[in-house]
Amino acid sequence: MAETINLKLKIWRQKNSKESGRFEIYDMPGVNTHMSFLEMLDVLNDRLVREGKEPVAFDHDCREGICGMCSMYINGRAHGMLKGTTTCQLHMRHFHDGETVTIEPWRASAFPVIRDLVVDRSGFEKIMQAGGYISVNTGNAPDANSLPIAKVKADEAFDAAACIGCGACVASCKNASAMLFLSAKVSQFALLPQGEPERRERVLRMVAAHDEAGFGSCTNTGACEAECPKGISISHIARLNREYLAASLVKE
Amino acid sequence: MIASLKMFYTTVGRKLVMALTGLFLCVFLLEHLYGNLQLYKLDGGVAFNEYGEFLVHNIVIRAVEYLLFGGILLHVLDALFLTLHNRKARPVRYAVSHQSGNSSWFSRNMGITGSIILVFLVIHLKTFFISHRFQGVDTSMAHDVAAAFQSNWYAALYLFSMVLLGAHLNHGFQSAFQTLGWNNHRWMKPLKIVGTLFALLMMIGFGSFPIMFYFDLFGVASNILGQ
Repeated sequence: MAETINLKLKIWRQKNSKESGRFEIYDMPGVNTHMSFLEMLDVLNDRLVREGKEPVAFDHDCREGICGMCSMYINGRAHGMLKGTTTCQLHMRHFHDGETVTIEPWRASAFPVIRDLVVDRSGFEKIMQAGGYISVNTGNAPDANSLPIAKVKADEAFDAAACIGCGACVASCKNASAMLFLSAKVSQFALLPQGEPERRERVLRMVAAHDEAGFGSCTNTGACEAECPKGISISHIARLNREYLAASLVKE
Repeated sequence: MIASLKMFYTTVGRKLVMALTGLFLCVFLLEHLYGNLQLYKLDGGVAFNEYGEFLVHNIVIRAVEYLLFGGILLHVLDALFLTLHNRKARPVRYAVSHQSGNSSWFSRNMGITGSIILVFLVIHLKTFFISHRFQGVDTSMAHDVAAAFQSNWYAALYLFSMVLLGAHLNHGFQSAFQTLGWNNHRWMKPLKIVGTLFALLMMIGFGSFPIMFYFDLFGVASNILGQ
């Protein structure tokens, strides 16, 4: 296996949300195949700074696939072509010598570009603020085993709670819908007794916040599930639809 | 009441309308196919004509007819509304997008397959429904079917549209159950298989008529046209 490869990067550059952006092409000779995708961009930025040019702005934080900050549309796929992988965990050995790599920000009207590859994902925060919580009085934490929860339900809720809120579902959905995110956040509460008291109100408010943020509607293509780095299942979307229908019908 | 109706206005609610009207139209397709299959009794179209007469003179069927046209209209308008809304949700398109890597062709092209089926539906209604109901054509239904499929382009258009109908149903049928919330880990695969079988049944069922009649297999056309 070659230790280094030569790449051509086609990166979206945009000064701010007001100005329109364009692609710029950068030659990247001698990319070490053991580098992660973000490390490769670090090398590019280091060079750009030395050359007195503006570095490419991109979101990143933990670089171990759990924070949900990195967000790049690489060669037409959210987080690149690997399954169950965030951009930070994508390594350069998956690219081949001489390849042109196109890097775009998430595209959605609810995710406006702030700069280059950085988008504003506060639409997700709006959804969380609308119902992604349970109301409890503060005080000592209750004993963990005082509420019996079936193992299957606990597992299912945990699978939903694995969502890191990166926005790959919105980015890869042909309708820029946030249904997978929304359904994961509704599911993790709907499945547990702690979420029960506010169950109906929660789903109505969260769907309203989803729509207000300007996300599209679901056409069940399943693209979100295929691109989700945490493998969140679209069966949560079915649960969301069920919850929404039930809540709408019994609403007073 | 008004508050309850508002639920159909959200992104989730509008999909419920798509799913409910879609499944209603699926039921209609089954009934339509049952009627058409009367032609295969090879009795010169007698059974088929009788079934047609029964439909026209049955008061319940006539009432359901309005519901059917309402259902089609709602399905089309809601689709248009959702498509426009979804376009607005992504004003800037990707320069490179490999959607084939994450979703099926069927699921991504419901708008295209649906639109062509709608055009077909208008032509289909013009030939077999409007002519009889409003323009006073008094030849038998079986005769009209046999005559229409003598034409190259009509038989080809019909066959092509039925293939697209199959493609539309392949995604639409199981998608409706997902939208209504009648889905989970256990049912996801079986539902998809049932959806594909339903789509194949409709495609082969309806698609067999232009082939049988155009090539006059088993004398199905000449029997009716008396040649």
